[in-house]
Amino acid sequence: MMSTVAATETTLTKKRHLLDLQDWSAEEILALFDTSDVMAQVMQRTIKKVPALQGFTVGTLFFENSTRTRLSFERAARAQSADVISFAAGGSSMSKGESLKDTLKTIDAMQSDLYVVRHAVAGVPYQLAKWTDAIIVNAGDGRRAHPTQALLDAYTFSREFNGFDGFKGKKLAIIGDVLHSRVARSNMTLWSKLGAEVSLCGPSTVLPKELEFAGVAISDNIFEAVEGAHAVMTLRLQKERMQAGLLPSIAEYQTRYQLSEAVMRLAHPEALIMHPGPINRDVEIAGVLADSERSVIEKQVANGVPVRMAVLYTLLVGKK
Amino acid sequence: MRTVIKNARLLDSEADYGLNDLYLKDGLIEGYNLGGEVTEGDDAAGKTVTPAFIDLHTHLREPGQEVKEDLCSGLSAAAAGGFGTVISMANTNPTVDEPGLVADLIAKAKAVGQARLKPAAALSHGLKGELLTDFAALKTAGAVMITDDGIPVADSHLMRRACEYAAPLGLIIQTHSEEPSLRQNGVMNEGMVSQRLGLPGNPSSAEAIMIYRDCELALMTGARVHIAHISSRRGMQVVEWFKEQGAPVTAEVTPQHLTLTDEALAGFDPIFKVAPPLRTQEDVDYLRDALKRGVVDNIGTDHAPHTQAEKEQDLVAAPFGIANIELAFALLYTELVKTGELSLVDLLKLLQSGPARIMNWPTPKLKPGQVADLVVLELEQSYPVEAANFKSKAKFSPWDGQKLTGWPVATFIGGKQVFQRDS
Repeated sequence: MMSTVAATETTLTKKRHLLDLQDWSAEEILALFDTSDVMAQVMQRTIKKVPALQGFTVGTLFFENSTRTRLSFERAARAQSADVISFAAGGSSMSKGESLKDTLKTIDAMQSDLYVVRHAVAGVPYQLAKWTDAIIVNAGDGRRAHPTQALLDAYTFSREFNGFDGFKGKKLAIIGDVLHSRVARSNMTLWSKLGAEVSLCGPSTVLPKELEFAGVAISDNIFEAVEGAHAVMTLRLQKERMQAGLLPSIAEYQTRYQLSEAVMRLAHPEALIMHPGPINRDVEIAGVLADSERSVIEKQVANGVPVRMAVLYTLLVGKK
Repeated sequence: MRTVIKNARLLDSEADYGLNDLYLKDGLIEGYNLGGEVTEGDDAAGKTVTPAFIDLHTHLREPGQEVKEDLCSGLSAAAAGGFGTVISMANTNPTVDEPGLVADLIAKAKAVGQARLKPAAALSHGLKGELLTDFAALKTAGAVMITDDGIPVADSHLMRRACEYAAPLGLIIQTHSEEPSLRQNGVMNEGMVSQRLGLPGNPSSAEAIMIYRDCELALMTGARVHIAHISSRRGMQVVEWFKEQGAPVTAEVTPQHLTLTDEALAGFDPIFKVAPPLRTQEDVDYLRDALKRGVVDNIGTDHAPHTQAEKEQDLVAAPFGIANIELAFALLYTELVKTGELSLVDLLKLLQSGPARIMNWPTPKLKPGQVADLVVLELEQSYPVEAANFKSKAKFSPWDGQKLTGWPVATFIGGKQVFQRDS
């Protein structure tokens, strides 16, 4: 009967989704980071489990395969004693004669309180939010958004940057295939909202000029983009981009856009190196940099769990 | 059979005849204020009677896609929208690329007894863009237009030969002008909004480039080329430039491209996914300006019904198309005439004499002896769009619930009333 009680509580609190970061205020995000600190402490204990979400059911709906993100969310749910049901399907649901709405309705009949949704096409979490009473957390939709990745990136920076005193006056450089990157879009939105300056850099074929707005600069020159940056994030370069005629060759990309030690010399002396993973060692980032002391790539993965715990907790239980 | 429509304001694209009693006999307009015995009569005080509209661009989905629409639902929807004649597109299953299929459609449509059907036939077998269809035989069977609409003809050589072959037959070629290698898998207009939403974009240059090619081929071959559903400022500018040079081209726009922008996709609803895509406000403004300057020859609906389930997929999987034929006039009247942008007569031209001239058909007029294909319009009252009550099988709409003015309340085909709006 716990789930009935829990469901009632959910309907009593104002229903909130995490579709993208546009509709979250800077204060709410910083509060989420404080909750993440508490969750990080839980993950340091011998028994890494609290009863915070006991009685809640979290459904992971992965229409696009992603083992890492799914594992991270499932760990975040179970560490708070929520039940987890998982759905994985590739391709279009219509190939089975079912619309996206039918698929959701079927799963929805099993009564989850919150769905974690990943889909290859932008907007699906928004569509699902219209068709269910449950809470939707976007775990990546097409090129559009990957809000929890951006949250864990900014959280990692705020807790790892030496003498961190707020996002104002900080500069984040994002290097790579910005066009196809939901990580870039969400980080751009989040960091500029928190007051940081964002510099997007990549070959002009994958750097949409439309993304330039107040607080976000674009440049096809990596030296210019990295200069004075407090955090440098490189994006994974998909090999298909060469076949699609968007980039000439890996060699040319390495020469012009690889994050190298020479480039990093222009960054702030204490700048952190970030990557959403999985990395193409020595393609978008020099292997030595990925392994260097300034790299927080593994920290990002580790922080994924407490940040997602905080997201689930905040959305399901709310601020207490 | 003799019918009278009393006290109606009679108007066509050439003249305003004022208030009269209009007499119809044996399928034709008999005359005004004649008096005498009638079989049927209706008082149309406060309403406007005008020739039924002509749509050069309708997807009726038969044969093979009757789950989306069929001749009965589609032609009933057309009549309910005030359309007396529609040209059906050939992108069905099988595609309408054989004379027998054309003849079948015509026979079936006659039996339906709603709006008149004039089928278009495919330009290439199976819309594959490889082999030309038998234009002459298709024309003999009743096809009035040649088009691969739905799929752009990628091969410029094939398009050239189609133009050359069609010209002496007097057949019009209608083009779906989008350069496929540039359009790629775009699901919406490429621009600020698509980049923000993270959806694959289709740039307006893909349309402009293909319109240039198609107009150039019209100029080269002398064939009559009709550019369908122009959506962008750049595309319209290309047509204007060719028209100035005397190219035998005509230009069509749709109700959706005149009233909606790519911002409509911000809620990620595939109901707004259409080809060519909804563009920016700047494009809408330019298309409206082109209407006013007389550059546009007709408004075609591009009524493109799909099932609700098909539209409840993600934005890449969902098909292109908006079903609109029932509300097209009310939408245009509300958005263009009531706002003072366009006169009622200019709107009627785009739906009556304009399309007729493109097809080389007689101009629809309210003159004695003319075929009595008529629509009665209620131009004063506003009613909300009720998609659930559409005759079309696609009972959903981007404008559902929106209050529009200028609804057709009755439609006559050959003097016979085929539609009556429930009050």
